[in-house]
Amino acid sequence: MERIPILKMGPYLLVTIQVDMHDRIAMTLQDELTERIVSERARGVLLDISSVDVVDSFIGRMIGNIASMSRVLDAETVVVGMRPAVAITLVELGLALPNIRTALNVDAGMTLLKSARKMSGNGRPAR
Amino acid sequence: MGHNTQLGEEIRKHQDAIVKDWMAYQMSSLTLRRDLVKESELRESSRQFLVLFGEALATSDDTSSPHWKVVKDNLGEISQKRAMQGFSPSETATFVLSLKQPLFDLAQQRVAHDGKRLAEVLWDLTMLLDKLGLYTVEVYQESREGVIYRQQQELMELSTPVVQLWDEVLALPLIGTLDSARTQVVMENLLQRVVETGARIAIIDITGVPTVDTLVAQHLMKTVAATRLMGADCIISGIRPQIAQTIVHLGVNLNDIITKATLADAFQVALQRLGATVTKAAPTTESR
Repeated sequence: MERIPILKMGPYLLVTIQVDMHDRIAMTLQDELTERIVSERARGVLLDISSVDVVDSFIGRMIGNIASMSRVLDAETVVVGMRPAVAITLVELGLALPNIRTALNVDAGMTLLKSARKMSGNGRPAR
Repeated sequence: MGHNTQLGEEIRKHQDAIVKDWMAYQMSSLTLRRDLVKESELRESSRQFLVLFGEALATSDDTSSPHWKVVKDNLGEISQKRAMQGFSPSETATFVLSLKQPLFDLAQQRVAHDGKRLAEVLWDLTMLLDKLGLYTVEVYQESREGVIYRQQQELMELSTPVVQLWDEVLALPLIGTLDSARTQVVMENLLQRVVETGARIAIIDITGVPTVDTLVAQHLMKTVAATRLMGADCIISGIRPQIAQTIVHLGVNLNDIITKATLADAFQVALQRLGATVTKAAPTTESR
């Protein structure tokens, strides 16, 4: 069974999606990620979707869910590497994901996570 | 029905006489555009058309059959050439319809003894030439629409530049109306540049957008949302007082988008966000 690897980088978790997402993988990812956030006491999650060419409403919702679940566990999620075509598709699908922080690449994402940590800990995404 | 073969033959036999008659009628017509076409040119196109017409008529009297394709192509060429020369579509159609007179004369000479047959021949001729006249108008229409389409394409390409104002700051001055097709182009351009330059702020200036209705506002919001997903923030500037009123009256919700009246203000906000400040250089103490 395919699994999406979750890597630990200091107080953050790095998740890179490189395979086609379908239901089972998504569910597994959600389970594992939430467990790891708790067990590692992670403060942030970096979700890298730069290898994702095509998204549908399912993946869009899944990204939104991951971000919400992490926030509940007091970890910020930053989505990095979104392709222009993917962004346009998500917007056209009506899944603008307004409560998610995004960055162009992993570097920018890490900077964002670090600065988010310095801000007030109630996890409200302010830009 | 069935007269066509004989008629076609007659036309071929008396070609020169018919052209002479036709030219006489055309030159004496009040609607002739002497300023746009020379007599020799007119004679040549009339003769060419008559030859093709006669040949096609000898084979079939149904203009939709493939025998008439040559005639239609010839008419198509004439119509397009005249459109470029500045003729109106009715002037071009008149060229075809004026052939009725000399052909009626010919028919009368040949069939004068048989009134019933004469009437049939005249009717067939009328129908034929009417169809051909209408065909020239159709061709004219199509070529005008082609021009309009090409101009639309050019306009779309011309008007969506994305410029880099500063490190990590892009500006997108929108000019003209924003419809769905353009929004698509604008979004793709902007997002591509965001990736290329690593910009964190995009300023969309709508000074050049004449009207903002709910549809345009929706397109703008989509662009802002897509840019946000890429990790860059959007500021909308260039909102004229009239537009501001329209936006409020329409109940468009711009709550989470920063809006500024001028590009200068938007640029200032962008710099602040990036933590940059602009200071004046200290004045030199020496005087010249």
